[in-house]
Amino acid sequence: MPVKRDNLLEKYSAKLYKNRKEHIVQLDGEDAKIAANTRAVPGVMTARGCCYAGCKGVVVGPLKDVCVITHGPIGCSFYSWGTRRNKARVEEGEQNFTSYCFSTDMQESDIVFGGEKKLEKAIDEAVALFHPKCVMICSTCPIGLIGDDVQAVAKRAEKKHGIKAIGFSCEGYKGVSQSAGHHIANNGLMREIIGTGDRAPENIFSVNILGEYNIGGDGWEEERLLKRCGIEVVSIFTGDGSYESLQNAHLAKLNIVMCHRSINYIAEMIKEKYGIDWIKVNFIGVKATIRSLREIAKYFGDPALVERVEEVIADELSLIEDEMESIRLKLAGKTAGIFSGGSRSHHYQMLLADLGMETVIAGYEFAHRDDYEGREVIPFIKEDADNRNIEVLRIQKDEGMYRKFHSPEKMEVLKDEIELDRYGGMMRDMDAGDIVVDDYNHFETDELIKGVKPDIFFSGIKDKHSIQKAGVVSRQMHSYDYSGPYAGFNGAVIFGRDVAMALCTNAWTLVKPPWHDEPMLVGELTGGESHA
Amino acid sequence: MLDLTPKEIVNREALRVNPCKTCQPVGAMYAALGVRKCMPHSHGSQGCCSYHRTVISRHFKEPAIASSSSFTEGASVFGGRSNLTTAARNIFDIYDPDIIAVHTTCLSETIGDDMGSYISDLKIPEGKHVVHCNTPSYAGSHITGYFNMMKGFMNYLTEKTGIPNGKTAIFPGWANPGDIRHLKKLCEAMKVRTVMFPDQSGIMDAPMTGKYELYPPGGTTISEIRSLGDCRRVIALGEFTSLEPAEHLEKKWKVPFDILPAPIGVDFTDRFIMALRRISKIEVPYDIEERRGQLVDLMLDSSQYTFKKKVAVFGDPDTVLGLTSLCLELGMLPKYVITGTPKEDFAKRARDLFEKYGAQDCLAKANADLFELHQRIKNDRVDLLIGTSYGKQIAKAEDIPFIRAGFPVLDRYGGPLLPIVGYTGGIRLAEKITEALMDRQDRDCKDEDLEAVM
Repeated sequence: MPVKRDNLLEKYSAKLYKNRKEHIVQLDGEDAKIAANTRAVPGVMTARGCCYAGCKGVVVGPLKDVCVITHGPIGCSFYSWGTRRNKARVEEGEQNFTSYCFSTDMQESDIVFGGEKKLEKAIDEAVALFHPKCVMICSTCPIGLIGDDVQAVAKRAEKKHGIKAIGFSCEGYKGVSQSAGHHIANNGLMREIIGTGDRAPENIFSVNILGEYNIGGDGWEEERLLKRCGIEVVSIFTGDGSYESLQNAHLAKLNIVMCHRSINYIAEMIKEKYGIDWIKVNFIGVKATIRSLREIAKYFGDPALVERVEEVIADELSLIEDEMESIRLKLAGKTAGIFSGGSRSHHYQMLLADLGMETVIAGYEFAHRDDYEGREVIPFIKEDADNRNIEVLRIQKDEGMYRKFHSPEKMEVLKDEIELDRYGGMMRDMDAGDIVVDDYNHFETDELIKGVKPDIFFSGIKDKHSIQKAGVVSRQMHSYDYSGPYAGFNGAVIFGRDVAMALCTNAWTLVKPPWHDEPMLVGELTGGESHA
Repeated sequence: MLDLTPKEIVNREALRVNPCKTCQPVGAMYAALGVRKCMPHSHGSQGCCSYHRTVISRHFKEPAIASSSSFTEGASVFGGRSNLTTAARNIFDIYDPDIIAVHTTCLSETIGDDMGSYISDLKIPEGKHVVHCNTPSYAGSHITGYFNMMKGFMNYLTEKTGIPNGKTAIFPGWANPGDIRHLKKLCEAMKVRTVMFPDQSGIMDAPMTGKYELYPPGGTTISEIRSLGDCRRVIALGEFTSLEPAEHLEKKWKVPFDILPAPIGVDFTDRFIMALRRISKIEVPYDIEERRGQLVDLMLDSSQYTFKKKVAVFGDPDTVLGLTSLCLELGMLPKYVITGTPKEDFAKRARDLFEKYGAQDCLAKANADLFELHQRIKNDRVDLLIGTSYGKQIAKAEDIPFIRAGFPVLDRYGGPLLPIVGYTGGIRLAEKITEALMDRQDRDCKDEDLEAVM
């Protein structure tokens, strides 16, 4: 590893050094610690977004049958309009709001005199135009400052229109990143929606997929696999998800968690209230997908299901083996860096390993320590002024609905066999020498690119073009550069093809003009040559 | 696609659906990216900065650098002074720009941060600058933010030495680098020495070299901005984007200005060339006249395919008016001419254009949204859509040919490198328009009607 963590830090001023050194770790084979989920330093060009982006953009925006109204000036709704690839489709006659953008487009007078009236009117107009079953209100920065009570407006709208209405106080300044918005969204869904339905699954083996946003159709690929195995998907949080399906989430038998960061709150709260266990899965990567499917089968413990899962795995593998092998021949030995939100940097290391690639740099934008170090660190995470303000719901057991799928004795056995209700974090799956960066910024990314020169760097749009300008291939980990799905067996092949394509793009050979290599003064030698 | 949009139009007072504008700060950021070695800085929570960098990057397919004051709840209560102080120190330390261009957000505006006083208390390294402008997101649109940032730069930096520099300032309005490059070529050909402000060319269309430059060698320099007060004249392109900055400079340093429409199409480009001709007092070089002639020739040759074709144009006011003028020159009927920017004069300007060409039954509207446009199209359809990327939803829903122009175009490549301004830009647009209409004719006609020659 040509770059050491210390090289990266030495360019910082003393004050910044003191802050950033806690967020950058070079692994040494021991259990590592890292600082995370703390304030970004003003001016460092963090990649982070805001609380609104986490609530509206990530968690509630994908719900296709919900009219999500952004309460604020126009910008926030505009930027989160169709920009996150949370694909959704509906059956004939069902409502799909995902291609729409709704805002109260607040003007100066609304800021001065308050925006509740305009919000109420906007809901009236939305109800008259679209007759949605559910309206959600997402607050932007000024809302909390001027004191608009979006929850009260929602309650009044429920009464007036006889629909579900939920207000989210997800003002951009809350918390330190998108992460606060995830939590606020989780709380709202838990308090208002989960448990309000009564449509029980038909299949005894039923799951909710938590933290799957169906970017590029990942959720659909996961659902296809699970269905093939004979497992029913009750709801998906929240890619291609719906208010209607979320209402019945408490009737599933198991929660499987993809994006731990954004949805672990719901997984835990459902467990406390309804007794449903959760397991952390990862459908990114062939081996990871196989492991996840087996863990689910093992949880249910039904021999026929276990057998069916093995059949599906064998069949899916047989369909991709040859192409995976040919891609692996092209990619083996290549190195990669990954900077992403709060889960993908871990997930994709598994897929890159399937392709024979090594991840030497990994980082998260808004992860917490448990995403790096494992959930057992949670009791030791210090509360600070920023995260203290994010409400932690007090959950009580729902005596009527609470049930455990397994006896306590069986759970004891299972706990040793599968990763039940726990998550080991990213860093344990990485090697000594690898660099881990929390809340990475432009400077650090640039320095790492120059110093480490990985063959490919996965990040977001804000970094992509500067990385490529530096001559390193970059693919977007948030949007998949409009490709995908990358989940499951088929997704692994699509990802592999994309990586191989990116590395083999012909135009990379054209970067340097030929005249850079040939000196201007290449004259013919005269005089010494014989002309005879 | 957009299956929930009803045909019947009812008046909405509070609910904006599918906007045709965005907020001021992104405009300020884009304006600041047109200044050399400048770090745009967003004084608010970091989501704003992240969203703006993202939309700019997605339009230009280029890095868009900018920093944020990263407000937390505490800063929102106690004010953002210390956030700005820390940010400025870190930015100069790590990213070493010559200038930081601060714009506010709805957050810092709502709490009433006094930017002027914060900045005057900063320790700014020798030879470096920090400027600011106020860009409350709850007023105007991204266009407002764009000219507010221009005014911010001028407010802090311009001076009048008393020695005229003989240069003409060109305010290009909200344009792509390809447009700005073309405007510069036209000025050069007309022998007009210029200061282009702002100038995103070289920055937002930087070449691939294998070496990443945080500050690519483009943009208006600080000394050029400083010299604006010594300019002989300003040519301000686009009333809705460039009038206010031009008035600012006139008021401050008595620099006279011409306000012209964005030079899109023949007539609007003619006006630009005539303004340049009045300054340099040279005859228009043949190759400009030749290019003009080629555009008019193209318009005449292809006129039967554009004649009375109904078009909807939407986007930013000056761009839309330019495109509308070009469409009218092509004999088309600009059925709906729409901007989201709340400037009522826009509709008046558009109606003047309708009148000039005797175009009837055309609607012009400011402060409108794409949901309304879609509803109107459902009631009385058009043959072509011209506008920003989100028009693709309507194009798909109603099966209408669609040409992208304006900001943002998030879903196509190469556009920002090429002009839509000038006669050259006119040829590009005329080609796109005829091609879209003729491709549709070919697609829809019966086999026996497919023409090998058109």
